[in-house]
Amino acid sequence: MKKTINNLLVFGLILICNPLFAQQEVEMADTMRSNGKIYVVVSILLVIFIGIVGFLTFMDRKISGLEKRLPGKKE
Amino acid sequence: MRNSWWKIVAVTLLVYTILGGFLFEVPRLNIVNETIRSLYFHVPMWFGMVVMFLVSTIYSIKYLRKPSVSHDNFAVSFANTGLLFGLLGIVTGMIWANYTWGSPWHGDPKQNGAAIALLVYFAYFVLRGSVENQEQRARLSAVYNIFAFAAMIPLIFIIPRMTSSMHPGSGGNPGFNMYDLDSKMRMVFYPACIGWILLGTWISTLQIRMKKIDEHIAELEDEKNN
Repeated sequence: MKKTINNLLVFGLILICNPLFAQQEVEMADTMRSNGKIYVVVSILLVIFIGIVGFLTFMDRKISGLEKRLPGKKE
Repeated sequence: MRNSWWKIVAVTLLVYTILGGFLFEVPRLNIVNETIRSLYFHVPMWFGMVVMFLVSTIYSIKYLRKPSVSHDNFAVSFANTGLLFGLLGIVTGMIWANYTWGSPWHGDPKQNGAAIALLVYFAYFVLRGSVENQEQRARLSAVYNIFAFAAMIPLIFIIPRMTSSMHPGSGGNPGFNMYDLDSKMRMVFYPACIGWILLGTWISTLQIRMKKIDEHIAELEDEKNN
């Protein structure tokens, strides 16, 4: 009787733990993260994005300047 | 810079998206693996596109109710930005599909629907380019724009859900249930959508203001000639 209960318990534990093991097996870029190389990717993307935003800001300012130069606004 | 607070919000949200999108935890799933992070960048393109097209349609309706050059300007500029987002969405989707589905064009109902919707919007610009008279162009394209929006909704949101598809969000798979295991993803995903929508609005307003200046100069030249 005790053996059966033990077996059941072990079986139950395996059932619970199995998904956890399965999750660990999925291949992710863990090495890249632990190396810190992911920050290279992130900083490159940030530089590009901020560059584009800087360009947009520049355009916005230019257009504001043009709007001010126009004589006698209608509306 | 005019009314710049929401522009700062847009940039802040998108910087947060880039940081959070690459550095935060994501669910460990087979097949997609690390590419699940594309969700933070590919899907907001579509959210942005739909919102831009919606605003464009609203201004087209406004134009038909009360014709004015300014309403037409709004409609065309927002449609322009929407098309840009749509193209970026298609291209990023193809890159992602090539990795997870095995080929860039999989004949997936959602992919096909999105492509047709973009073609419908291309036709909007073809129509605009082919009418010389400014008033006629504005009126015709306003009517067409409403039709285009009405065609896009079933193509992207309804038909893909009625058939089977591998694309999350179609084939009886509402939203992205697959990713719901991790509500942490929403913490990056929703700010990303808002950020792109605001950035799209910024780009659109720049176009609108340029068109206004252009018209103003044209008026001044007319006065000079008379």
